[in-house]
Amino acid sequence: MSTFPHAVNDSATMLRRNLRHLRRYPAMVMMSLGVPIVMLLLFVGVFGSAMGAGVTGAVHDGDYIDYLVPGIVLMTAGYGSQSTALAVNRDMTEGIIARFRTMPVFRASVLVGHVGAAVIRTVASAVLVVLVALLLGFRPAADPVGWLAAAGLLVLLVLALTWLAVAIGLAARNAEGTSGFVLVVQVLPFLSSAFVPPDSMSGPVRWFAANEPFTPVIDTLRGLLAGTPVGGSAAVAVAWCVGLAVVGYLWARALFRRDPVR
Amino acid sequence: MTTTAPQPAVRATGLRKSFGDHVVLDGIDLEVAQGAVFALLGPNGAGKTTTVQILSTLIRPDGGDVLVAGRDLARDPEGIRAAIGVTGQFSAVDDLLTGRENLVLMADLRHLGRAAGRRRADELLARFDLVEAAGKPAATYSGGMRRRLDLAMTLVGDPRVIFLDEPTTGLDPRSRRTTWQVIRGLVADGVTIFLTTQYLEEADELADRVAVLDHGRVVAEGTPDELKRRVPGGHVLLRFADTTALAAAAAVLGDAPRDEDELTLQVAGDGGVRALRDLLGGLDHAGVEVAELSIHTPDLDDVFLALTGQATTVKESVR
Repeated sequence: MSTFPHAVNDSATMLRRNLRHLRRYPAMVMMSLGVPIVMLLLFVGVFGSAMGAGVTGAVHDGDYIDYLVPGIVLMTAGYGSQSTALAVNRDMTEGIIARFRTMPVFRASVLVGHVGAAVIRTVASAVLVVLVALLLGFRPAADPVGWLAAAGLLVLLVLALTWLAVAIGLAARNAEGTSGFVLVVQVLPFLSSAFVPPDSMSGPVRWFAANEPFTPVIDTLRGLLAGTPVGGSAAVAVAWCVGLAVVGYLWARALFRRDPVR
Repeated sequence: MTTTAPQPAVRATGLRKSFGDHVVLDGIDLEVAQGAVFALLGPNGAGKTTTVQILSTLIRPDGGDVLVAGRDLARDPEGIRAAIGVTGQFSAVDDLLTGRENLVLMADLRHLGRAAGRRRADELLARFDLVEAAGKPAATYSGGMRRRLDLAMTLVGDPRVIFLDEPTTGLDPRSRRTTWQVIRGLVADGVTIFLTTQYLEEADELADRVAVLDHGRVVAEGTPDELKRRVPGGHVLLRFADTTALAAAAAVLGDAPRDEDELTLQVAGDGGVRALRDLLGGLDHAGVEVAELSIHTPDLDDVFLALTGQATTVKESVR
């Protein structure tokens, strides 16, 4: 009996399980979708013209919404990873995971199921956010290749955040234990080029915003969607995503291999 | 390996496990014959759950050899997993899925195939009286229903060895009876059962063999009857209001052991109605007033008290 088909079968079974959770409890999707959409409305409708006056012209041609959307998409990915950390943590603290561990099941399938469902959920959320943005006047100038590249980068970013979230969910003793991670993914977009260019910030904040991982990802997405050259930020963005994904994966794997403590 | 003597379903030798400085299992040996019901009896913190977790491949032992269903734990944990079913102390159901989806999930993970898996799920729903609740999320189930679903999930893959960690803790008496019936049914199918319990009554009721675990050591092992034989037999305990009454009763009852401080007399006997009537009639006839009477039948409780120095339950008493 070869183990490869089992690995695929078991992972598919676990993915079905996680997707069924989503279908049954769409509240989780709604929550991770709600905040980015509110932000979008807030920054377009309320702060839009004031922010736009400062941003457009200086570094960006066109409407402020065209500047804003990549950051909001990234926030969507961040909020999605929060749900992932919580879902993994809930799974680990309930008895069902102990049952899986005493069954002849491909070990990593539990994590693969979570990661697969999280990527599907988060990418779907991001697509919805982009659709809302299009209704609000977002006018990207990207060609099909640009869209494809943007989608690829988004998936890569979601993968990186998801593996990190899985590791956090495994490491935390309870749901409250994931709150540190939640705070980081909530705050990082504000200290990045999501809403205003880092050049307009001051001192250490500017340095941080220019060098944190979200900024190159946002800049690259923005360039791809606007159809403008992305320069060196693409390579930096991909490197960050791959690096974080690998770290998250290795960390999660090590945590999952531990004997469970109860 | 010879095939003449049937191999035990579970064999553990020198099993050790510590969490930090805390020694939980201090070298225990266990052997469970195929098709038997084995009860690991002990108070909270004795190491029962840890033993089950090790035998069911959930956690690794620090030392010792384990053989389950003929597979070696260190070399072939996956082989053990294919042969066992585990129902832990905490319910291991997926709250967000319905009862039926939980069972189908187990069937899929056991690779039963689509049609066979669904058939098995429906069969178990009927057997565990969950047909009506099959389409509801497990989160809405009562405690007893969750336990039943939990046990049903354990049975999906037709395991040959089943571990049950305190299967009836926290259940109402009716659900407990139902669980016992299910366990007896499994035994009839030739399944080996390894269960842990704090209830002496449960071990007595179900088990062929009982091991008493205390502070990480097996302090006694044998059939429930063998264990009962190790403690003093049944008696009726009579208490009197004063030494005069005690002396008068002692005169009537002859050489029954007496306790002057406690004002009690211990009369050998099983506490049956006829024997009691004769006993009390004799005392009444002699004009002796009995202040209090308690019937003491030997059970695993006495074994426990004798072996570990810890009482576990309160005796029934008649006043």
